[in-house]
Amino acid sequence: MSTPGAATPVTTPDLEVRGLLKRFAAHLAVVDLSFSVARGSFFSILGPSGCGKTTLLRMIAGFIQPDGGEISIGGRSMAGVGPNRRPVNMVFQHLALFPMMSVAQNVAFGLARRGVGRAERLRRAEAMLERVGLAGAGGKRTEELSGGQRQRVAIARSMVLEPTLLLLDEPLGALDLKLREHMKLELKQLQSSFGTTFVYITHDQSEALVLSDHVGVMNHGRFEQLGTPQQLYYAPATSFVAGFVGANNRIAGKARSISAALVELVTAEGWAVHARAHGSIAPGASVEAFIRPEGMTLGRTTAQLPPDQPAHEGEVLSLLFDGANSVVLLREARSRLELRIALPQTGAYADLKVGAHICFSFDPQRAICFSAPDTHA
Amino acid sequence: MPEPLATAPWQRRLLLALLLAPALLWLVGLIILPHLDLALLSFRERIAPREYVTSLAQYRTFFSEPLYWHVFLRTAVFSALATALTLLVAFPIAWIIAKVARGRMSALLFVVCLIPFWVSETVRTLGWMILLRESGVLPALLVHLGITAQPVELLYHDATILVGLVYTSLLFMVVPLVGSLESLDNSLIEAAYDLGARGGAILRSIVIPHAAPGITAGCIVVFMLTLGNYLTPTLLGGKNSLWFTEQIYTQFITRFNWEQGAAFGFLLLALSTVMVWLGLKISGQRFSDVMRRA
Repeated sequence: MSTPGAATPVTTPDLEVRGLLKRFAAHLAVVDLSFSVARGSFFSILGPSGCGKTTLLRMIAGFIQPDGGEISIGGRSMAGVGPNRRPVNMVFQHLALFPMMSVAQNVAFGLARRGVGRAERLRRAEAMLERVGLAGAGGKRTEELSGGQRQRVAIARSMVLEPTLLLLDEPLGALDLKLREHMKLELKQLQSSFGTTFVYITHDQSEALVLSDHVGVMNHGRFEQLGTPQQLYYAPATSFVAGFVGANNRIAGKARSISAALVELVTAEGWAVHARAHGSIAPGASVEAFIRPEGMTLGRTTAQLPPDQPAHEGEVLSLLFDGANSVVLLREARSRLELRIALPQTGAYADLKVGAHICFSFDPQRAICFSAPDTHA
Repeated sequence: MPEPLATAPWQRRLLLALLLAPALLWLVGLIILPHLDLALLSFRERIAPREYVTSLAQYRTFFSEPLYWHVFLRTAVFSALATALTLLVAFPIAWIIAKVARGRMSALLFVVCLIPFWVSETVRTLGWMILLRESGVLPALLVHLGITAQPVELLYHDATILVGLVYTSLLFMVVPLVGSLESLDNSLIEAAYDLGARGGAILRSIVIPHAAPGITAGCIVVFMLTLGNYLTPTLLGGKNSLWFTEQIYTQFITRFNWEQGAAFGFLLLALSTVMVWLGLKISGQRFSDVMRRA
C-alpha cells in the first residue's frame, strides 16, 4: 500500500496480467495477453462472442487455470490460489443469486464463510443493502425483486466482502433495453461510490464506452486495442476496432495513390474516395476505409456541400428517424454501397423521401484507411 | 385432426370421464375396494366356526405379543437405515451423472444403474445367494486370498439384508436425485465458491437445499419399497430376517388367519404413512412438490 500523495506514483495496479495463454484442444482461446488495471478504475473487455473474454474473466476469477503467463491481483501472484481464496468477486451473467436464501442471507453468505458472527454479518449485510438502495429488502426472497434490484443484490453480495477487484460477466445482458440503460448509469455510480476496481466484460460497445475508464477490445484471444473510449472511437488502431466500436461505414478497395498520408481508395466498381492512412500503405494494396455516420455532410445539391471536400452522390434507401440519433441509409451511385449518414438535427432534411437523389461529402482527415486484413471476413 | 375435438362443455366432460375411466376403474376396483374389505376384515374376530363379531382383538394381539411389534419396529428401523444408506450411495452416483459426466457417458452411467432391473427381482436375489452362500463364490474367493481360513456364511446376516435392499432401491433414489441435481444451475455453485465457500459449505448451503425435494422424493419411494419388500429380506435373511411382510404372509398363507393378516397390513400402512409424514415435516417439504419430483 502506498501513501496517497507520494512523490512517485508507484502504486501497484490492482490487476496485472502478463503473457496469459489458454488453449482448448487445438483452439487458442487467449493468446499471450498482457495488461494492467489501475486501482479504482473501471476496465472493460469488449469483444464479440467467442473472442475469449469469458475465458479471460474466468481465469482472473480462478475457475480456469491458465496454460501460461501470470495473473497478479493487488500485487500478489494468483498461481495455485483457488477462487474461494482470491481477493476477487464476480457478478455472474445471470447473477446466480441463491434462490434458497433471503436477500440478506445472500449478501451475508460470503461473510458467513469467513467466520463473521451471525449478528455482525446481518448488520453488515443490512448496511450494504442500504448502500445499494435496498434498505429493508433483506427479508425478501430473491424472486420477489425486480431485475434491477436483483442486479444490486448481486453487486452487494460481492462488495460486502470488500474485494480488491470486482469482475462483472455481462450482467446487463439479461435485462430489457430500458432497464439496461438505467442500470448502466447505476453501475457507473456504484463503481465511483465504492471506488473498487471493476473489470467488466461485454459484447455491447455502448456499455463499454459509457461505463469505462479504459477498454480492451478483444478479438481471437488478443487485444486489438487498449485505450480510453475516446481513443477507441476517434483513433481506432485496427480495422476490427473501427468496425466494432460505434457505428461506422466500411469502404473496401485498392489504394490507387498515396500523397501526404492521404490514400486514394478505389472500389471494385470504380468509386474513388480519400482517407487518412493508418500506418504505411503501399500503392496497389487492398485497403479498407472507415468513416463515421456523423463525419459526413449531406446536401441536396453539390453546391450545398463544403467546397473543399470531394462530393459524392447517392439515392435514399430508408430513413431511420430516432430524434437526435436519426440516420439516413443511402446507396452510393457508383459503387451501390450502402452508407449510413447522420441526419443534421436542424430538421433541414425532415421532408426527405425514400428514393430521393442526395449528395454527400466528408473530410478525408476524418476517414481512416487500414491495410485490409489477410483473412477476409 | 382438422376439426377441434369436443367443443360443448358436456362433450368435454364426457371426454375427460372416458380418458380417466381406465385409471379410475383400476384405482377403485383393485386398490380401494380390496382395502375397504381388508379394513373390515381387520376389525373382525372369530368367536366360533363361521361366527364373527366386530372387535379390536387383532390389533390387541399385535401389541400383546412381543414378537410382532419387535419385528414391526425392526422392520421400520432397518427400512430407515436402508433408505439412509441408499441415499449415501446414490448421491455421488447422481452427482456424477448430473454434473460431471457429459452426453454419452452420462447416459451410459444411467443405463448401468438400470441394467440390474432388466432381470427379475427373484433371479437377481438368487444370484446374490449364489455369490454369498457358504459354498458360494465370494466365501471361496476369501479363502483363496487367505483372508479367511474356512468358507464363511455371508447369507442370513442383517448386513446382507441391508446390502440387498440398498442394491434393489438404488435406481429409485438415483432417478429423482439426478432430476433435481440437473436443474441446479452450475453458476450457483461457482458463485458460492467465488464467495469463499468450500465443498462442504457448498453442499450444505446450496446443493442440498436445492435438491431437497428430490432427496425427499427418493427417500419416500425407497422407504416404502423397502418396508413392503418381501423377497429380498426373506431370501437373503432367511429365518433370521424377521421382516414384517413375512409376518403378514404367514398370517394369510400359513395360518390362514386373514383377520390378523389384514390388521398387520393396516399397521404397516399406518407406519409408512407416519414415516412419510415425519420425513416431510423434518425436511420441511410439501407433499405436492416432492411428488412432482418422484
